Amino acid sequence: MNGDAREPLVIRLASHGVQVAFLVVLLVAWLLATHVWHVSSILLPNPVDVWRQLVDVIRSGEFIYDLRITLSEFVAAFIIATVLGVTVGYFVSRSPYLIKVFEPLFAAIYAIPIILFLPLYVMVWGLGPASKIALGATISFFPIVMNTVVGFGNIDRTLTAAAKSMGASNIQMFRHVLLPGALPVVLAGLRMGFTVALLSVIGSETIASLAGLGHRIVNLAENMEMARMFAYIVFVVAIVAVLNAGISMVEAYARWR
Amino acid sequence: MTSAETAICVRDVSHQFGEAGQARYVQALKNTSLDVARGELHCLIGPSGCGKSTLLSVIGGLTTPTTGTVTVGDKAVRGPMPRDLAFVFQENALFPWNTVFENIVLGMKFQGVPKAERRERARRALEAVGLDAFAEHFPGQLSGGMRQRAALARALSLETDILLMDEPFGALDEQTRMVLGEDLSVLLSRSRKTIVFVTHSLGEAVFLADRVAVFSARPGTIKDIITIDEPHPRKPSFMTAPKFHALRDRLYGLLHDEIRKSMTETAQPRRRYGEAAENTGDAA
Repeated sequence: MNGDAREPLVIRLASHGVQVAFLVVLLVAWLLATHVWHVSSILLPNPVDVWRQLVDVIRSGEFIYDLRITLSEFVAAFIIATVLGVTVGYFVSRSPYLIKVFEPLFAAIYAIPIILFLPLYVMVWGLGPASKIALGATISFFPIVMNTVVGFGNIDRTLTAAAKSMGASNIQMFRHVLLPGALPVVLAGLRMGFTVALLSVIGSETIASLAGLGHRIVNLAENMEMARMFAYIVFVVAIVAVLNAGISMVEAYARWR
Repeated sequence: MTSAETAICVRDVSHQFGEAGQARYVQALKNTSLDVARGELHCLIGPSGCGKSTLLSVIGGLTTPTTGTVTVGDKAVRGPMPRDLAFVFQENALFPWNTVFENIVLGMKFQGVPKAERRERARRALEAVGLDAFAEHFPGQLSGGMRQRAALARALSLETDILLMDEPFGALDEQTRMVLGEDLSVLLSRSRKTIVFVTHSLGEAVFLADRVAVFSARPGTIKDIITIDEPHPRKPSFMTAPKFHALRDRLYGLLHDEIRKSMTETAQPRRRYGEAAENTGDAA
């Protein structure tokens, strides 16, 4: 927004170079482990097999069913958490008393590993997607609501006083002062909520579920199909990377606005 | 003074924060009365925490006093009066996510200026403060002095009869301050606006003001009012004149004991503008 000078191209290229080199070293270590050091293929299948399995997973379209389930669970969880978190956070932020009551409460609950309640969620919502959605929404609600409270609660009072003295209506105050003032912090909260929603959906699928990518991976592990399991892990990593790149773009656009 | 000449009339204003007995209880203002004449620059000066910024905020309708009344023209102040009064705050009152130009236009939008007029008036206001070249800059890209010029331009564009300035140059260095003071004096002689100007600086008060109200230590009330009989625009040479020094010394004499008194107070809560904390600047 302030048109900060970007890092020089050379430095950016150099750091990308190091990142790529790191991945290459990892891949080489993997090859060495399976081909030279003879690590058991049950612990670590060789990368060529994994690659073949990955190609097969993608070609056969087998992944589509599980991906659709995982993604729809994640999207539903994230939307519920965003709507509830931003709404509740905004209303809490309007009153210093409510901030004092709820901020420590949210922080304390967020510090609990809520995944512990998964058995309870499964009892209430069953083994299907509903329990994953509910858990993902619960876990990602907290970073979103906390950042919304902080974002809207810490707007410089001089700015609101200035707007008020110039006659800003409540809607103008929200649109031109509160929203732009809170947005960077709220976006950071949404970003965190995005990450933990994805983590908890896939994580809970690996613990108790009927379908989904997490379910598939555990299933393959139980059947000792390690190469295919690794192929799925690589697949999930790629999906997550794409989703993250997507939200980064959305975030950059919102900040620029 | 007749009401036709009085722009702002403050009657028996007292203001306290919290209730007696509470930890945060502060009696900021006590039975303060003040008349500001149309077209004058009236300085409020006093030790930290004496209630001078609170008084400004009360006049501007941003703080509702515990007791007492303020009248602007013939209207009782019950809340912000964007068509009559414009504020210039100490610092950081420009919206950092808008350019200087957008800030000025937005102020007029809040005030209800028709869209067609806003751009032209914003341009004129920027010219008046000499910032036309920086219209498209963001506040973060400007120096402190330029930011305050921009804030002044925003207030001028609102074309109110009254400007309320809360230590507008307080965060600036001495040199920038002096130059902005000269500019303000020139601007004032041109526009004939009524200005209430809160300051800590004796020199600034004498250089700018037609009259200076000296506050006592907290609970603040006006101890004395001295008149600076020197036409605007004032030249830098005024600052070296014997008259300037005599007035400055007299002001210092009035303030000295109050400053000592305020320094022996332990608590100096700092407050900010707005309803929740209900106040301004430096508890002021």
